[in-house]
Amino acid sequence: MKLHDARKDLLAGAIFTGFGLAFAITSASYDIGTPLRMGPGFFPLVLGGLLVVLGIAIAVTGFIAGEGSDPGPVPWRALVLLVAALLFFGYFVRALGLVPTLLVTVTMAGLAGRSVRVVPAVVIAVSITALSVLIFVVALQLRLPLLGPWLGG
Amino acid sequence: MGVLESLALGFATAFTPVNLLFCLIGVALGTAVGVLPGIGPTATMALLLPITFGFDPVTALIMLAGIYYGAQYGGSTTAILINLPGESSAAVTAIDGYSMAKQGRAGKALATAALGSFFAGTVATLFVALLAAPIADIALEFGPAEFAALIVLGLIASITLASGSTLKALAMIVLGLLLGTVGQDIATGTPRFTFGARELFGGLEFVSLAVGLFGIAEILRNLEGDMTRSVMVKKVEGLWLSRDDFRRIRMPVLRGTALGSALGVLPGAGHVLASFLSYSVEKRSSKRPEEFGRGAIEGVAGPESANNAAAQTSFIPLLTFGLPANSVMAILLGALYIQGIVPGPLVIENEPELFWGLIVSFWIGNLFLVLLNLPLIGLWVKMLTIPYRWLFPAIIAFACIGTYAISLNAYDVYAIAFFGLLGYALVKLGCEPAPLLLGFVLGPLLEEYLRRALTISQGDATVFLTRPISLSLLVLAALALVVAVLPTVRRKREVVFEEES
Repeated sequence: MKLHDARKDLLAGAIFTGFGLAFAITSASYDIGTPLRMGPGFFPLVLGGLLVVLGIAIAVTGFIAGEGSDPGPVPWRALVLLVAALLFFGYFVRALGLVPTLLVTVTMAGLAGRSVRVVPAVVIAVSITALSVLIFVVALQLRLPLLGPWLGG
Repeated sequence: MGVLESLALGFATAFTPVNLLFCLIGVALGTAVGVLPGIGPTATMALLLPITFGFDPVTALIMLAGIYYGAQYGGSTTAILINLPGESSAAVTAIDGYSMAKQGRAGKALATAALGSFFAGTVATLFVALLAAPIADIALEFGPAEFAALIVLGLIASITLASGSTLKALAMIVLGLLLGTVGQDIATGTPRFTFGARELFGGLEFVSLAVGLFGIAEILRNLEGDMTRSVMVKKVEGLWLSRDDFRRIRMPVLRGTALGSALGVLPGAGHVLASFLSYSVEKRSSKRPEEFGRGAIEGVAGPESANNAAAQTSFIPLLTFGLPANSVMAILLGALYIQGIVPGPLVIENEPELFWGLIVSFWIGNLFLVLLNLPLIGLWVKMLTIPYRWLFPAIIAFACIGTYAISLNAYDVYAIAFFGLLGYALVKLGCEPAPLLLGFVLGPLLEEYLRRALTISQGDATVFLTRPISLSLLVLAALALVVAVLPTVRRKREVVFEEES
């Protein structure tokens, strides 16, 4: 019964407990109401409490059983690059327009691959951007400006 | 309207050139994502939801549904050829299918899978056509209390039929229900959990959740290891089955179809369970059980028929009660909402063209799949040679554009990143993502039905126990929960799911 072995369950339990607490505490500030007229806080408060209980139960059973394997490696570089790529797209697409934003986003995403260098990543990005414009703007007629106001589009 | 008239209407709807085309596009795309690792039907359907805005409702559903059952075909192709089940229900096909391929009988295995699936799909489609209307009539009798109880039953039963930890699956459901409450409360208009951001008043975007949970999280999983696959596939020959083969697969296909049709209606992983059960049934009833695991054609025929039959009948809960039984159906529910159609028992009555057109399209789609998969098998195998470093940036690009295009809301794209990270962390910690998605979709419905039931009963919470249907549904839910945590059942379940991972 080593702490190390139960790490997966302890972590999972902590995540659920954390979310449960956050939802329960926030919903306590809304009108709870009565069962007859459930206020906006009623449903999330009950569920938040339930999630806290489940989270603790997962952590405790994991600790008692002591089973579970190591979660394994986390691809940190890929993780950071992918999240940054998504955030970049969301933040800049309106101002820069579809084409430049997509080029940057896909290049960043491409670099998340193992041992992918900059030049191949850019080649991939250019091709995928072209393909996306063909599919979404030309074929499917989505109204997304190719260049945004920052670039005079 | 009689069944024959209804089917005639369905044929008239499904046989328009546009619907035929999108049915073909759907099943072809489905086969592709079934073959390709790293993206499954759930994420693909979620990504394509936005582009179906401008379609006719029936066209949109025909295409999206085609992706789902098309992926079942594609998944078994890779299971047979390279021992890589693209879909969890194809895991069991890999056992004997891959053995057959190693013996140079890949063509026979593929033909068996395709023909078995086609037969099962045809029969199961008939089941849906015959059963849906009577079931919808029952659904019409349901009040808010019954619907609330049914949702609870569905959510709990979906855990009983899945693999992995029951506690974690329960927690995932509750987390999904909670995430579903984000946004303006329908009854009072109070914004909940929005941190004052107007962009969140409409709630978290369902597409972001599905794409993050099933798309981005999967990419991160794949980037953990080396994804350079060297795929060596011999040329597939001998697609014809002999008279003896037909004799051997006849009963397994029939039994698999029956099992699959029955289990497909159940919430959760009904189709996975169906294929595993069919395999063990065939092994037990075979005169040559020693051949199983060494290339028994029955071991391909039974499970493949079972999972395809189940894929078809799993539409019943959605089309009759308006409740999704698994994550794929949850996406189709989203598609119905987008089209302004309120899913539920009235769909058959009010939108007969949509309902019957969709049913008939299943059959057409299955026919397309046989034609696509047998003669064009080489094309799909070639797709496996697309390097992953090309594939996943493309998925990211489509995810960004598809999600942003829904309402030009940057928060929807941020939400992909959030759910991608959350999904990755949770999957890594041994939690299945499907219950969270189901909870998210059913949460607002559950809250609404609870509210209405309690208002009608004037705050008397015993309403759920005094109404007979609601009571029996809740008793079933309690039983399902007990079964899920019972140690003996757990062990058996793990045996059934041992090959799945």
